[in-house]
Amino acid sequence: MSQPLKVHTMAEYLAKGEVPEILFWVGCSGSFDDRAKKITKAIAKILTKAEIKFAVLGAEESCTGDPAKRAGNEFLFQMQAMQNIQVLNGYEVKKIVTGCPHCFNTLKNEYPELGGNYEVIHHTQLIQELINTNKLTISDGEAFKGKKITFHDPCYLGRANDVYDAPREVIEKLDAELVEMKRCRTKGLCCGAGGAQMFKEAEKGNKEINVERTEDVIETKANIVATGCPFCNTMMTDGIKLAEKEGSVEVLDVAELIAKAADL
Amino acid sequence: MISSIIFSILLIGGFAWFGINIKRIAANINIGRDLDRSDNKMERLRLMTLVALGQKKMFKKPVPALLHTFIYVAFLMTQIELIEIIIDGFTGGHRFFYPMAGDFYTIAISIIEILSVLALVATFAFLARRNLLKIPRFRMDEMTGWPKLDGNIILYMEFLLVIFIFTMNGTDEALHLRGESHAAGEGGFGFAMSSWYGPAIFGGMETGTLHILERVGWWGHIIMVLTFMNYLPYSKHFHIFLAFPNVFYANLKPKGRLTNMESVTNEVKLMFDPNADPYAAAPPTDPNVVPQAFGAKDVNDLTWMNLLNAYTCTECGRCTEQCPANQTGKLLSPRKIMMDTRDRLEEYATNKRKNGKDADDGKALLGDYITEEELWACTSCNACVEACPVNIDPLAIIVDLRRYLVMEQSKVPTELTGMFSNIENNGAPWQFAQADRLKWAEED
Repeated sequence: MSQPLKVHTMAEYLAKGEVPEILFWVGCSGSFDDRAKKITKAIAKILTKAEIKFAVLGAEESCTGDPAKRAGNEFLFQMQAMQNIQVLNGYEVKKIVTGCPHCFNTLKNEYPELGGNYEVIHHTQLIQELINTNKLTISDGEAFKGKKITFHDPCYLGRANDVYDAPREVIEKLDAELVEMKRCRTKGLCCGAGGAQMFKEAEKGNKEINVERTEDVIETKANIVATGCPFCNTMMTDGIKLAEKEGSVEVLDVAELIAKAADL
Repeated sequence: MISSIIFSILLIGGFAWFGINIKRIAANINIGRDLDRSDNKMERLRLMTLVALGQKKMFKKPVPALLHTFIYVAFLMTQIELIEIIIDGFTGGHRFFYPMAGDFYTIAISIIEILSVLALVATFAFLARRNLLKIPRFRMDEMTGWPKLDGNIILYMEFLLVIFIFTMNGTDEALHLRGESHAAGEGGFGFAMSSWYGPAIFGGMETGTLHILERVGWWGHIIMVLTFMNYLPYSKHFHIFLAFPNVFYANLKPKGRLTNMESVTNEVKLMFDPNADPYAAAPPTDPNVVPQAFGAKDVNDLTWMNLLNAYTCTECGRCTEQCPANQTGKLLSPRKIMMDTRDRLEEYATNKRKNGKDADDGKALLGDYITEEELWACTSCNACVEACPVNIDPLAIIVDLRRYLVMEQSKVPTELTGMFSNIENNGAPWQFAQADRLKWAEED
């Protein structure tokens, strides 16, 4: 049953004199992109359902600096990082979950050296943990019965941080068949958005990378391509549209799959 | 006596020349900036054993991996026979270990002979693969001219090495059967291959001819070994040595982590320090020290690890084959990034040696070798890093060159300038107000 979404900020928790268990780092896509906002809501619903005391930074959150760093603008990256670390340390944040592998990678790997030390997990890892500890149960609804789902590895989750199993284990909890693309896990093909490509036109070539990747998806005959990254989601959605397969292939985040299966 | 002297001169000369080249390459690598990789020695040793010695990552492609293993193991095992050749060469003796090692000798040489046959098969397979089969990674733009020839020369040399060793053992077997060999004992040697093909091919020849052929095989082999050794430092094939230190010193952190530039951190910290005096005089600097650029324009701005990577690359092209940009027809090829870095380093160092430390040849890695279009095609997906059998990191160089473009030259694709200013002004890469970041929670 759908329940009204209650999302509290760190500032609100502080005012109440309480400390949340975990900070949900929403990210820029998750905050502003209409498609990605649905993923954000799915994650928030899952956290609420599992009765996790979570908070967001709201207006105090700012870009982690990932696209700036990958584009070579180290100054801008470190300005963003220092600013965010001041906020995070100010609230004495210990644990962070995020729906964006780019934020995940930056917070986890690049912030510690600059003074930001947190336990950072990706939302698929958190969902996996919630299911394994029975904090979240997937109702035996038949939302995905008979469906084929394939998982597109986000580069910044997979190769960059060796997280390959968490999203797959979560998908396997569903009453559906997980099928792999010919290029998966360590050999997974990029969606084309990483390294700040999301914010520019691709260089001259003979094909768009997301079109190449969409062909891998179509080859599996999957009904759903699951992602764990808002950028990948955009690229795959565009690719499916270009291939005129919107009627037969859906692009959904792992969080959305679980929210749907748990009837949230 | 004369032959011992000629041999000594050849051998000492060969090793000396090799030593000079090793010193040259070590000096070139040291042109790179400092980087501390002295941590986690045990983990590094483990990885080196697994990835360099054990060739773990090669087995992602099982058939080439198996053929490569034949050549690799044959190369390692042949060193045993080489020790004997060197002893015989100095002393003027013949098969020094034969009388004392007995069965062990027969087994060792037999293993070498069997491996040499397998290596020969692999050599032919690799020649066919490079020249007859249409495998895309061997036919890209950067693989024409010298790199193509280089790949073939190595295989020709391997072929000659094996042929000489087989001539030597085959003729010696035929001689030994006649009691005419200079080795101890009588009857055949009983080696796995030559005991069979020796009499079959060479059995009908005159003893005098056999003695000449045996010497041709012996001298041919040692001369090829020395030639091969001294060819390596001029070739992509130097990976047979550098793969080991390259894997040992490779990055152990998650691949997604890019380095935080310390020079930038200092400046940013100053900006955030409320006690910093904005009008304070700049701290005194050493006039002899050239301030380090932000990012890399040329090879001397890269780290020694990047440069070691460049010398280690054997141009197999597994990186480029996996590169999403390359697969979709963009200009970027991670292999070319490594080849360009090595070629520029050679050019850079040669110029400094010839024309003095301050000599500038007016060229740079960025621009003259690697273009902006290549750099901006990268998605930083790490497929190239993952694919490399010896843990080379082309992405590190790409990012450092991008840094120079952006921070030193302000050469940024227009859309990215927009992205930068959005982050600066609104804390997001798009034009949305930071105050609206929680609006999603209110929307239905």
